[in-house]
Amino acid sequence: MTAERQGMDKDTMKKNIILEIQNLSVSFQQYGRGFAMTDLDVIRDLNVTVHEGEIVAAVGSSGSGKSLLAHGILGILPYNASLGGRILYEGEELTQKRKEELRGNEIVLVPQSVAFLDPLMKIGPQIRKGKKDPGSRKKLDEIFEGYHLKQEVQDLYPFELSGGMNRRVLVSTAMMGNPRLVIADEPTPGLHMNMVRRVMSHFRELADQGAGVLLITHDLEQALETADRVVVFYAGTTVEDADVKDFGAEETLRHPYSQALWRALPQNGFQFITGTQPYVKDMPKGCPFAPRCERCREDCKGEIPYREIRGGKVRCLHTE
Amino acid sequence: MKSHFMFVGKQLIRMILLLICVSIAAFFLVSVSPVDPLQANVGQAALGSMSQEQIAKLNAYWGVGEPAMSRFLAWASDFFRGDMGISLLYRRPVAEVIAVKFVNSIWLLAAAWMISGIMGFLLGVLAGMKRGTWIDRAVKGYSLMIASTPAFWLALVLLMVFAVWLQILPVGLSVPIGMEAEGVTLADRIRHAILPALTLSITGVSNIALHTREKMIDIMESDYVLFARARGESSWSIFKNHGFRNVVLPAITLQFASISEIFGGSVLVEQIFSYPGLGQAAVTAGIGSDVPLLLGVTVISAAIVFGGNLTANLLYGVVDPRIRRGGAKK
Repeated sequence: MTAERQGMDKDTMKKNIILEIQNLSVSFQQYGRGFAMTDLDVIRDLNVTVHEGEIVAAVGSSGSGKSLLAHGILGILPYNASLGGRILYEGEELTQKRKEELRGNEIVLVPQSVAFLDPLMKIGPQIRKGKKDPGSRKKLDEIFEGYHLKQEVQDLYPFELSGGMNRRVLVSTAMMGNPRLVIADEPTPGLHMNMVRRVMSHFRELADQGAGVLLITHDLEQALETADRVVVFYAGTTVEDADVKDFGAEETLRHPYSQALWRALPQNGFQFITGTQPYVKDMPKGCPFAPRCERCREDCKGEIPYREIRGGKVRCLHTE
Repeated sequence: MKSHFMFVGKQLIRMILLLICVSIAAFFLVSVSPVDPLQANVGQAALGSMSQEQIAKLNAYWGVGEPAMSRFLAWASDFFRGDMGISLLYRRPVAEVIAVKFVNSIWLLAAAWMISGIMGFLLGVLAGMKRGTWIDRAVKGYSLMIASTPAFWLALVLLMVFAVWLQILPVGLSVPIGMEAEGVTLADRIRHAILPALTLSITGVSNIALHTREKMIDIMESDYVLFARARGESSWSIFKNHGFRNVVLPAITLQFASISEIFGGSVLVEQIFSYPGLGQAAVTAGIGSDVPLLLGVTVISAAIVFGGNLTANLLYGVVDPRIRRGGAKK
């Protein structure tokens, strides 16, 4: 299915771009010593593009700003956060007003777990957002039928759901609107691979219906299993945008960090590199990966352009 | 279903144990106090004119010299049968006195309890939803100020403003002075209850508002509200679907737990307004060495306060599906 889809993509060439994020930055205002306010740049230079009918996986370790990306697109960042850069949705600037109009309908979020459901509200009314009109009821009934969920599940509270139902219920919340862009934030934490495949098949279905899916995960294996394209985050910055095929070998990858991730996969020998992702407050100038990189040179401390190489994109000066 | 009965049964056993402990403690405290039963009941003057024989007889009658334990058991077994003894000051059965005082107090307490509960809840919810705005700051400022104001001082201020300067409300008592009982109207009673009820309400609001606000802030920062916002729910929809539902549970506990505070506050406030309620009866009994009345009021108060907490626990089971359904499944 995946291979078929990719083949088709190549044939029809560039499908419509649904979401285009250009050099997104998120910073938090914080109180430093006394009353001095400091800006903490948690995300800088994040670039992601999602096309119609495509699953794009945003991969990065925790603290790389993945969830903030989702919250930024949906306009639900905390009050002390400010957003920079550009987000284009269907070619137009995605302003806060537009986010508020579109979220929950065209732009939907599939959360990590049932902890994101109100523990005191029954599933049915909760997915319908409290609406009781026949149209909403009918729509939910159909969605449940499509996901092989019994209609009685609507009368359960979140704590009464079984593990198997959880995921389908969470995906159902997205289906209440008319999703064009689905953002899935770690939708399969700690699940068995078989279960992951099943959950991912739901997202593939959504993509096949023409939606774009942005899958946010820390699990590269899972991303390779299901996505069409992988965007690698490191310390709040996009370092590489590559086709899933490029992860077949180390050489086809572009950024040293992506290559390090590749080597860390079990089938490639579980090798790890020393050091840790830098904390926001002591971020190095220029390339954030520089302190851990063996290819690092003096010019890595300057501006690093996001450039196209071999059909993918990379933010590194020393790669061919 | 069985577990629910178990729960209620356990709570009732707890209540009985608590009442036994409270009465033992109260009885012990009174028995080590310098109150001499003979002097308190007969009076200093009468005691002086009595012969040694008469005194010995009375001593035997009042059980002076008997061990505290057997005295307690005698009192407790009478109490258990509904005989709380005779009030020394009122010269009537304690049960009767408490009943009259209770009826006086209950409207006052109920009004203060309802007003402080509803106002506190509304203010707390509003402040929590609008965190950081001027509404929040106003509610927080008011609550903190009132929380640090002693109830008796507030009572005096209200008394001064409304009864002395403006003269629109009575200075004290629960009925007009010098009026026959038959002539007292409901309006008279309400007018007399306004100031004490207002004092208790104003002081009660702050605690409930602050706690509700805190809970509301937790809810607004929860993952499920974040997700609701991500799904495009409006502020009103979030409050209607999630905020209210989740804040009402802790509010119930708070509301019933606040019975003890209202009750405690009423002792001072009734004293200041000379309002003849249960609180004033407790003070009078204490000062006048009216041991049977004091013990009676103590046990009844403990029962009312515990009753409030018990109600909260039971309601929790009815309102919270995790307890209601979770319990039923196991």
